[in-house]
Amino acid sequence: MKNLHSRNFQITLLFLVIIGILALALSGSLSFVSGNFNNFLVSSQSWIYTRFVVIQEFFTVPRDVLALRQRNAELESELSRLQAQVVQLQNSVSQADALAALVNFSRSNPENSYTAATVIGRDPSPFLRYIIIDKGSNNGLRRGMPVVTEQGLVGRVDAVISSASRVQLVSDTSSSVNVRLEKAKQEAILTGNISGDLVLDLLPQNVTIEPGDLVLTSGLSGGFPANLIVGQILSIRKRDSDLFQQAIVQPVVDFSKLKIVLIITDFQPVDISPLVPTP
Amino acid sequence: MKNIIAFPVLALALMIQTSLVSRITLLSGAADLILLILVAWSLQEQVQSSIHWAVLAGLMTAFVSGLPPYVYPLGYLLTVMLSRYVLKQTWQNPILALFSVVFFSTIMIQLLTYLSLVLIGSKTTIGDTLALITLPSLLLNLLLALPVHSFMGDLALWVYPLEDLG
Repeated sequence: MKNLHSRNFQITLLFLVIIGILALALSGSLSFVSGNFNNFLVSSQSWIYTRFVVIQEFFTVPRDVLALRQRNAELESELSRLQAQVVQLQNSVSQADALAALVNFSRSNPENSYTAATVIGRDPSPFLRYIIIDKGSNNGLRRGMPVVTEQGLVGRVDAVISSASRVQLVSDTSSSVNVRLEKAKQEAILTGNISGDLVLDLLPQNVTIEPGDLVLTSGLSGGFPANLIVGQILSIRKRDSDLFQQAIVQPVVDFSKLKIVLIITDFQPVDISPLVPTP
Repeated sequence: MKNIIAFPVLALALMIQTSLVSRITLLSGAADLILLILVAWSLQEQVQSSIHWAVLAGLMTAFVSGLPPYVYPLGYLLTVMLSRYVLKQTWQNPILALFSVVFFSTIMIQLLTYLSLVLIGSKTTIGDTLALITLPSLLLNLLLALPVHSFMGDLALWVYPLEDLG
């Protein structure tokens, strides 16, 4: 009986202690103790977990390295493929931009018919300034047809085969184009130079020209349509002892970066060489 | 039959020349890959067909170029003849022979080109030509001569294996 009372008392006391602790915990009075206890638990858990992970890695890492290497190789291959794709797309975008500009040009000059061609090479001789394009007689190209870009005059078709053509640039030493100065209302002849510059010749001494003046095709001699932009005057060479003054012209087209050109296919060049008197 | 290799090699070289080498310029000069290939090929002792190579290269290049059609065939033929002559005169000194032939054949072809352009009325002056085209082209040709010689040496060994000699 005494034992029973003693046991009940112990249980009651235990409950009271537990309830007291719970009440203290809920009221926040045990936060210092519980915090330390929690820290201890978390630290212990963390210690056990990190050791377990280390042991697990010790057994599993070799297999993972192989898998990672394989995955790395796959990703590198994918990266290379994507990089190649990026280059290809950048190329396409650049080509699309060039084509869009050419389309705009052809829309703004609807009086002519155009065929677009890609530049695929240059003349093997450094003496000549010719380009090779990927369109030929199968595409309706003929010798003498003018070649332009959206910026201005490029040159003329010099030789044609079925699927390619050779174009003589206006900067070639054998090229000569009849031009007119927009501001001075004066006509002159533009020739190529071995250094790649364009030289404006046969300009009378009394004509006033200034750097920046626009040079356009005049349409004389029948080689090119009129009013195509060729370039701007860069510098003037004027000596009193000469009959004519000369000017260096900066072409509007950068011939070293030509990618796509337009050939004016409905322009019929006129060969006036039989009419030119020979000395 | 061994001459057939000339067609793909020279066609490929011409494509590389027009699409790549002609774009890499120093002032206005550019290297002449076809010339270097012909020189390197004809300076290989075991090679027996360099004249055919010169004719083929000359015709192919003349077809693509805007120069008068006799310039390249004549220039390349003279180049190969010069190479064979130098090969007979020098003994086991291929590098010196290579540089000498590249030097003289570059000058010769440039002179031939200049004269042909003057004949057709092109306004080119010898001073500008020398400064802007000939000297830069010469430098580029000399720079490219060794790698091309090495490549053509391997090709010559492949086409004319050593056991075929003698």
